[in-house]
Amino acid sequence: MKILVGIKRVVDANVKVRAKSDGTGVDLANAKMAMNPFCEIAVEEAVRIKESGKADEIIAVSIGATVCQEQIRTALALGADRGILVETEEHVDPLAIAKILKKIVEDEKVDLIILGKLSIDTDNNQVGQMLGALLNYPQGTFACNAEFKDGAILVSREIDGGEQTVSLNLPAILTTDLRLNEPRYASLPNIMKAKKKQIDITSPSDLGVDITSNLKTISVVPPDERSAGVIVESVEELVEKLRSEAKVI
Amino acid sequence: MRILAVAEHDQELLKPTTLSTISAALAIGEEVDVLVAGKDCNAVAGAAARVAGIKRVINVDDDCYKNQLAENMAPLVAEIGKSYTHILASATTTGKNFLPRVAALLDVAQISDIVEVKSADTFVRPIYAGNAMATVQSSDEVKVITVRATAFEEAPEGGDAQIEAFDFVHNQSDSTFIDEKLSESERPELTAASIIISGGRGMQNGENFILLEKVADKLNAAIGASRAAVDAGFVPNDYQVGQTGKIVAPDLYIAVGISGAIQHLAGMKDSKVIVAINKDEEAPIFQVADYGLVADLFNALPELEEAL
Repeated sequence: MKILVGIKRVVDANVKVRAKSDGTGVDLANAKMAMNPFCEIAVEEAVRIKESGKADEIIAVSIGATVCQEQIRTALALGADRGILVETEEHVDPLAIAKILKKIVEDEKVDLIILGKLSIDTDNNQVGQMLGALLNYPQGTFACNAEFKDGAILVSREIDGGEQTVSLNLPAILTTDLRLNEPRYASLPNIMKAKKKQIDITSPSDLGVDITSNLKTISVVPPDERSAGVIVESVEELVEKLRSEAKVI
Repeated sequence: MRILAVAEHDQELLKPTTLSTISAALAIGEEVDVLVAGKDCNAVAGAAARVAGIKRVINVDDDCYKNQLAENMAPLVAEIGKSYTHILASATTTGKNFLPRVAALLDVAQISDIVEVKSADTFVRPIYAGNAMATVQSSDEVKVITVRATAFEEAPEGGDAQIEAFDFVHNQSDSTFIDEKLSESERPELTAASIIISGGRGMQNGENFILLEKVADKLNAAIGASRAAVDAGFVPNDYQVGQTGKIVAPDLYIAVGISGAIQHLAGMKDSKVIVAINKDEEAPIFQVADYGLVADLFNALPELEEAL
């Protein structure tokens, strides 16, 4: 079995992001960048499946600028076998990302695609589902558990009211939720080994995918800030304020 | 403009989030239809028809839509939705699951999680866990949108739309529903509650959540938790409020033993009134709280229960 994992380079989850004062976007100058946390979980899941003997190869794919090779290298250090960078300086919308991944899945004859459920920058939560539609593959989104059974994959999904389990025939798509696994750290020897692994470079146009977007971002502004309120001295005062001032109880 | 809102339901009840989605639809234009797909869900179609402002309810009745599997829902919604200018669903785990598939089938973008309608083609949505608000404009022929329910009022009753049956079966076999474990609780649902009391790592263990439950009983409140509390195994994951859990905006949100990580704030900072109880006066949660109480929660919670 061949697994494809998607990797996105995003601002580090611990960086407090602010909108630029001119409204054109967020200020990421000098911000620390990292692999999207949900993509780390995707890589970990793929590596565990391979370690259990059920997969032969893991391909890590990223779409973006040359620097995205850093995040592909991280995936290679964690256990992916080879990388593909679809290089572009342009912003790529989820639908175009799904079209690019579809082409790679077909060219590489991939059986299982594991993606993060969302990236912590654009918060879209779309690519896995869109890829499912384009390939007509079943999907297990927001996965918190996945196991193979009789040639199918049983996926437990985090849903609003609790948990849902679906059975998917392969080829299939998984998108990861937080509790699917706890990603490992790369060991130094594996980081060194990853430097020798192959990263192929291609581009959206090489793959024949038009990345023109019909969405235009008009402005990016800070959210309405809440101002800090008052510190109360006792539970009694708190209840009094909630009753007479805020009138919420 | 013709707008299609896809209803979310459990075959019996129309989910309140759908009422918020309908409000967003009515903010876009006047001609709003509702799609109810499921099995034996006439009661849901009836409830949708009574929502003020709805022109028509399209009821699709077949076993294959009972669990709203994305693989079956998407071709149906795309087939019906292609003659509309807008297709809307709630940004719940159900809507997020099938709607991007619909967008891809129609070869258009999806605009996720809108919190404001600026015009028929321009919408506001949070990015970076709500640390920035993006205004986006779409030139797609069909605009496919998920709606953040907490940002829109629930549409009131008062309508009398006609209900039309529509036959369309898409029953694929690559994805099969196995089972669902839903949390059973006498309390209001997190996303529908007007008061929520949430516990964080400071609760120390799952047993201590009984202290929150006692207060919740007095207030008819729902109980939530931070990611830290869920990851530590204190409570099940459907309690989680935050960027990757539930987005809530109750009248009153009481955060107990929660430090206030960005990811948690993203899920609750639109609450009308926020109370923080934490023994660490430096905790970031106090920066967004209307009322802060610096205290040991193990003393404060029993006192609070007593005072209510």
